[in-house]
Amino acid sequence: MTIKEIFDSMSYGPAPEGNAEALAWIAAHGGRFGHWIDGRFTEPGPCFATANPATGKELAQVTQGTEDDVAAAVAAAKRAQPKWARLSGHERAKYLYALARLVQKHARLLAVLETMDNGKPIRESRDIDVPLVARHFYYHAGLAQLIEAEKPGFVPHGVCGQVIPWNFPLLMLAWKVAPALAAGNTVVLKPAEYTPLTALLFAEISREAGLPKGVLNIVTGDGATGAAVVVHPDVAKVAFTGSTAVGRAIRKATAGTGKALTLELGGKSPYIVFDDADLDSAVEGLVDAIWFNQGQVCCAGSRLLVQEGVADRFHDKLKRRMDGLRIGDPLDKCIDVGAIVDPVQLRAIAEMVEGSDGEVYRAACAVPEGCFYPPTLITGLSTASRLMQEEIFGPVLVSMTFRTPAEAVELANNTRYGLAASIWTENVNLALDMAPKVKAGVVWVNATNLFDAAAGFGGLRESGFGREGGWEGLMAYLRPATKARPLPAVKVVAEPAEPVVEGIDRTAKLYIGGKQARPDGGYSRPVWGPRGKLLGHAGLGNRKDIRNAVEAAHAAKGWGKATAHNRAQVIYYIAENLSARAAEFAARLRDMTGRPGEAEVAAAVRRLFTYAAWADKYEGAVKPVPIRGVALAMNEPLGVIGALCPDEAPLLGLISVMAPAIAMGNTCVLVPSETAPLAATDLYQVLDTSDLPGGVVNIVTGAHADLAKPLAGHMDVDAVWSFSTAALSALVEAESAGNLKRTWVNNGMARDWTGAEGEGRTFLARATEVKTIWVPYGE
Amino acid sequence: MQMTETVTTQLPQVTHARNPGMVLDLDWVAALQANTSAIERRAATLGGRRSVKKDWQAAWLLKAISLIDLTTLSGDDTAGRVRRLCAKARQPVRPEMLAALGMPGLTVGAVCVYHEMVETAVRALEGSGIPVAAVSTGFPAGLSPWHLRLAEIGESVRAGAAEIDIVISRRHVLTQNWQALYDEMAEMRAACGDAHVKAILATGELGTLRNVARASLVCMMAGADFIKTSTGKESVNATLPVSLTMVRAIRDYEARTGFKVGYKPAGGISKAKDALLYLALMKDELGHPWLQPDLFRFGASSLLGDIERQLEHHLTGHYSAANRHAMG
Repeated sequence: MTIKEIFDSMSYGPAPEGNAEALAWIAAHGGRFGHWIDGRFTEPGPCFATANPATGKELAQVTQGTEDDVAAAVAAAKRAQPKWARLSGHERAKYLYALARLVQKHARLLAVLETMDNGKPIRESRDIDVPLVARHFYYHAGLAQLIEAEKPGFVPHGVCGQVIPWNFPLLMLAWKVAPALAAGNTVVLKPAEYTPLTALLFAEISREAGLPKGVLNIVTGDGATGAAVVVHPDVAKVAFTGSTAVGRAIRKATAGTGKALTLELGGKSPYIVFDDADLDSAVEGLVDAIWFNQGQVCCAGSRLLVQEGVADRFHDKLKRRMDGLRIGDPLDKCIDVGAIVDPVQLRAIAEMVEGSDGEVYRAACAVPEGCFYPPTLITGLSTASRLMQEEIFGPVLVSMTFRTPAEAVELANNTRYGLAASIWTENVNLALDMAPKVKAGVVWVNATNLFDAAAGFGGLRESGFGREGGWEGLMAYLRPATKARPLPAVKVVAEPAEPVVEGIDRTAKLYIGGKQARPDGGYSRPVWGPRGKLLGHAGLGNRKDIRNAVEAAHAAKGWGKATAHNRAQVIYYIAENLSARAAEFAARLRDMTGRPGEAEVAAAVRRLFTYAAWADKYEGAVKPVPIRGVALAMNEPLGVIGALCPDEAPLLGLISVMAPAIAMGNTCVLVPSETAPLAATDLYQVLDTSDLPGGVVNIVTGAHADLAKPLAGHMDVDAVWSFSTAALSALVEAESAGNLKRTWVNNGMARDWTGAEGEGRTFLARATEVKTIWVPYGE
Repeated sequence: MQMTETVTTQLPQVTHARNPGMVLDLDWVAALQANTSAIERRAATLGGRRSVKKDWQAAWLLKAISLIDLTTLSGDDTAGRVRRLCAKARQPVRPEMLAALGMPGLTVGAVCVYHEMVETAVRALEGSGIPVAAVSTGFPAGLSPWHLRLAEIGESVRAGAAEIDIVISRRHVLTQNWQALYDEMAEMRAACGDAHVKAILATGELGTLRNVARASLVCMMAGADFIKTSTGKESVNATLPVSLTMVRAIRDYEARTGFKVGYKPAGGISKAKDALLYLALMKDELGHPWLQPDLFRFGASSLLGDIERQLEHHLTGHYSAANRHAMG
């Protein structure tokens, strides 16, 4: 083309980013890589190829990690961990600071290598991924510096096993490694099979930071390698980002092992456009939502919900914008959409779109041969359409209309996922009303895909649990420094040889929806005192009672919208009424346990006061993110919490579980002490007289072993806590995999319910989830 | 290259129907939104998303030259100064450089002066096909008596100005008096007759991007041929966020009425790199027709010098110096 011809056509020419340095780095390693274990590369073992998806050409051979490789890496990490944890926070901060600086110094090499291995446009790896990686290490250098002063009483888990995906290979490494190291853990990380190279380069760079050997270990390989990392007995904490299916498998595999777990999984995040939005900006936002990284983004705004009155205009504008996108060589600096990570993924995307019942619009831009897929919009779908529900993980946007804000909320939440949401409106009242109502861990107002190390990121529902970024993210890499003691065995008192029966027969029922209810099965069991006295009968709840209780708990979810002051008042009132009947409750406890009950009742009253106090004081935060705007970290209730209450403190244990749950706005289904259930059934009379709305607290007595499964497996329960036996901890964690509800289990370890261990921020954190709401502003 | 070829592309009516305007649609004006943060994010990332290199960069820079309204709007302008500027407009780049680039005969898009200098400029540009634009209507504040502002337009048109850059009354925007703005614009358009009217919004004084969007739309409804950011005399002149807001308004107007309105960012664009960014913005947001002088102009005085140096670098591989190029 002559200059005159270009002058006339005004076309974009090629603008390639050089890749000589990246190729030279690969060549310097002979094109073959071992693992990074104990501060050096191992000899390459049996290898597989990693390719550049844009060209289909092999980039390098990397080693398929075996169980032995994983064991060697874990052993190195375990050796290094105590010394690493003993370093002062300042010492660890210096290493993390060096890593941040080194990422900046090697920024272009990392970006080019990332683009070659993954297929994402160089614009994104250069301007987004790598700067966020550096920012993450800087931020966590700061957390390491402050950790001793700000988080006393917490210790690292030990060795962290981390498995990361191929869509943001280096960024996900940073999100995993930075908080782990800041907290004093050591790491075994398995990068994705498709994209191992930047992790290996990062490992090599870590040597320039002087990072002690064994603190960071990288084992490459496929899913089997990742599975070996997850199940290794010396791995104390597992963190995974990837598909919901694999996350579910990891939940099951780690159930009952005592390993801490965080999962960041899939999504089908709504992108809600109201008729008063800046439509052009909302269109541009979609470019960053669903055509960012070829749509291979867990939090991609992939589900467009647009208000009916502007839908046609919006779709027209969107199609015009799609036509202007440039798709092609990811190393070209003038490309918007790069290559799909692998032909396997390309086929999966194509098959899902081909099966769609909607109207498919493909961008009228030139699409090169090879592993590329055009930006695509599918309209005319309904909620029943497969593509409205399932994650495509490609550059494909699906669209539906809504009529009212309330309908937008319903449609937005009509999904198994709950990762992110975007809300576009110029009406601040509407935006701030919508943000808390949308089921998502991250909400962007008039924006999309904003990330920062200071702001928590993570999902609800089947999008996983745990947060990455911010103080809340750091907490996933710490545990309380308490000494674990096994749970004392508490046995049900058997029927005595000489029963003592006195007074008028009393009937303790279940308490469901604010009403006393007979157990569905129609069975009860007598409760005997240690001296042979018949204390009453307790209903034997079954799975249908659990079902009814969960329904009642959902019907009472207006509780979550009551003001914190109002919830506090109710909890104070419960304390007041319990206190008024203290003597009666103390006698009941003595009858059931044979021990004086006065202290436990007094502790229960104190505990109620504690959570009445907390109800309006467990504050969120405003994160200093690098935009003109605010990122609000709001502590939101989880929804419905099911709990197996401790046997060893029949009244105080139940109160210790109930009070934080309801103080934070949850409703709950409580299975009281199996051995001494009557304190709980007496309590419902107190609840009844304390203005607590029916259904906020539901009590189902019965055998923990029978009730744990229906509760933990219930798809409409948001969290299950177990303070029962070790076996039930395992069962609860395994069953929770169904809807990936949050779990909190004791693994058969005791808790001192009377002391500091029995209350406080740990409970409040478990009763809430942080929602990050990004609100950029400016006129 | 024959000058007449350039002439044919420099006035809007040649290729596109002139915007006749429409009745003031206040519902549309009120519904127009502009989210500042989102617009700024788009503007901030544009430079990272678009890049032109080598021959493409040279061609795009030459295109930028053809789109420049070479401007002098100073109190100390004299006939001599204006004639020198006009000579530069005819020959914006050293002839041997243009020859090497395969673009002989390239000129700027127009010369822009105060009314007093119109006749001088018209004479100096005779035969070149380069139109003269006059700033008018009490430029830059637009606060002289209304009848004088209208009269000034007529004077400039009679003196030979083919394009009139008018200034709007900012107070009508700041008080949301859209009817007054519409009426003013419509009368000024009528006063221009066949001369093309560019409406200067003085965006730096309008307070918000929402105001910029709505003022843009009202001026188009009242028949503006071009909308233009600034007089160059405000403390903030053309910016990318303002430009994005205005070109989106142009796009909306075309989508609903079918008429293409031109865009002229003015003031503050002095680097070749900035010019490339603006061209990418126009290409991506509005498309190829807005890369021609009948729908797009740069209001600039020092931009040309930087482009000349970049072009010489393209030809020689050596970074250039200002004294190697004729000053305007």
